[in-house]
Amino acid sequence: MSQFPDPAAADQVQIMHKKSVLELRNVDIFYGDNRAVKDVSFNIRRNRITAIIGPSGCGKSTLLRSLNRMNDFVEGARVEGELIFANENLYGKDVDPVSVRRRIGMVFQKPNPFPKSIYNNIAWGPLINGYNDSTDELVERSLKQAALWEEVKDRLHDSALNLSGGQQQRLCIARALAMEPEVLLMDEPCSALDPISTAHIEDLMFELKKKYTIVIVTHNMQQAARISDYTAFMEMGDLIEFNVTKRIFTRPAVKRTEEYVTGRFG
Amino acid sequence: MSFSSEQESIYLARRHRKAKLFALFCAAITWSGVLLLGILLYQVSIDGFRWLDWQFIDSFPSRFPERAGIKSALVGTVWLICLVALISIPVGVSTALYLEEFAGKGRLAKIIEVNIANLAGVPSIVYGILGLAIFVRYLSLERSLISGALTMSLLILPVIIIASREAIKTVPQSIRYAAYSLGATKWQTTWAHVLPASFPGIMTGVILALSRAIGETAPLIMIGALTFVAFLPEGPMDSFTALPIQIYNWVSRPQEEFHELAAAGIIILLAVLLIMNATAIFIRNKTERRLK
Repeated sequence: MSQFPDPAAADQVQIMHKKSVLELRNVDIFYGDNRAVKDVSFNIRRNRITAIIGPSGCGKSTLLRSLNRMNDFVEGARVEGELIFANENLYGKDVDPVSVRRRIGMVFQKPNPFPKSIYNNIAWGPLINGYNDSTDELVERSLKQAALWEEVKDRLHDSALNLSGGQQQRLCIARALAMEPEVLLMDEPCSALDPISTAHIEDLMFELKKKYTIVIVTHNMQQAARISDYTAFMEMGDLIEFNVTKRIFTRPAVKRTEEYVTGRFG
Repeated sequence: MSFSSEQESIYLARRHRKAKLFALFCAAITWSGVLLLGILLYQVSIDGFRWLDWQFIDSFPSRFPERAGIKSALVGTVWLICLVALISIPVGVSTALYLEEFAGKGRLAKIIEVNIANLAGVPSIVYGILGLAIFVRYLSLERSLISGALTMSLLILPVIIIASREAIKTVPQSIRYAAYSLGATKWQTTWAHVLPASFPGIMTGVILALSRAIGETAPLIMIGALTFVAFLPEGPMDSFTALPIQIYNWVSRPQEEFHELAAAGIIILLAVLLIMNATAIFIRNKTERRLK
């Protein structure tokens, strides 16, 4: 299994190394005795969208959740190997998972706004983390970044649960952005949404990558092809191939990848 | 096997009939309970209504029925319930939060869980004995309001804890994850999201538990609440009486008039219960709407 099969891509290793935000080095993830992710290594580049694709149960969501230590809440989950973020192993002894999550944000599969007002959904995270500037401004900025401002500016103090599913998901994105995270993790963010809301969020991601680094897990290969710059293809816990998205979808190096992206299995 | 349309419609009619029958059965059970309560209330009102006036509420007990009142018992009950609420709600809700959010699923948590479930079924007189031994004698709190309140709190704590745990369990995991993903600590997540979201359910448990405490007599008799009190308690260390005790006292007298006074006392007790529950439900609904 080679990650960078041809010389053109091998050049990229150098560039990637410099500009990478997160480096995964031989990452293994266990649930009890079950090895759900096996020896995965790749780098996540700054201001790019990295997609993780693969059939159900291949470990892609598990891998994503390990990037901001959300796996800590799963009983029996254990991570081995190194996840280097800001020159530090995320799973190092002195690392506080709370501060990891504050810097690496997450958007979940199903929209999960707090049962509070739109305003408080966004302001709460910064406030508990010691934000002491004007939250009004922060709320407006975050909602604008998530392309939701125009739709909700007149009802900021209404309950977030009155929004539509697509709006709720954009609110969750705004909520994550309010923390100004260095990396934004998205776990199948569109799987519970209709096509129009999905298109909204995809457009949004193009805007966001100017400022943020995004890692997205998706079931939808067209989506990965449309939005991502890099793609990791996983199967049964193995990283089969990691490369520039265009390559994965046009000239994959591994036969298995080709079979998957052309829809022959999975 | 095939479905002939004729047969299918017969089956369908039969299934609908069954559903209707079951609904009727449930309704009958429900209404028979309500009916019984209605009869009881009717009986009590007939006996007690003519004694109900301001004089009855504003007088101390007396050996002359026409001068007797329930002032000291009413004030004693209000004192008692306020103290019980002050003690049992923080302790009960904290215990539930600890068991659900912090304790994990270890063996110790299991043991505590089983014990609490068992305690909920212990007869109230046993709590009375416990209260007598610990609060009245050992801690020398005497036969005071605080002894009564502590004993009552022990009695209703299991109910509050179990109801609060159930309420906390219904808070979706996704809300906790959302908070954690923003860099919240466990405490921040619990305080800002889990507790408010489970508040209506916790309130329901608290209402039920406090209502039970209002009506309990046995533990209070055991720890020695007085039956004839011609003064009002002024602090938690004062001796006291409570509505159920006063009612019990009147019922056990031979004169017919005192039995009617007991009925009047029951009406007052029910009114206090109703007012308390209404207030709690009002608060609950208000917060529920805010959460939605």
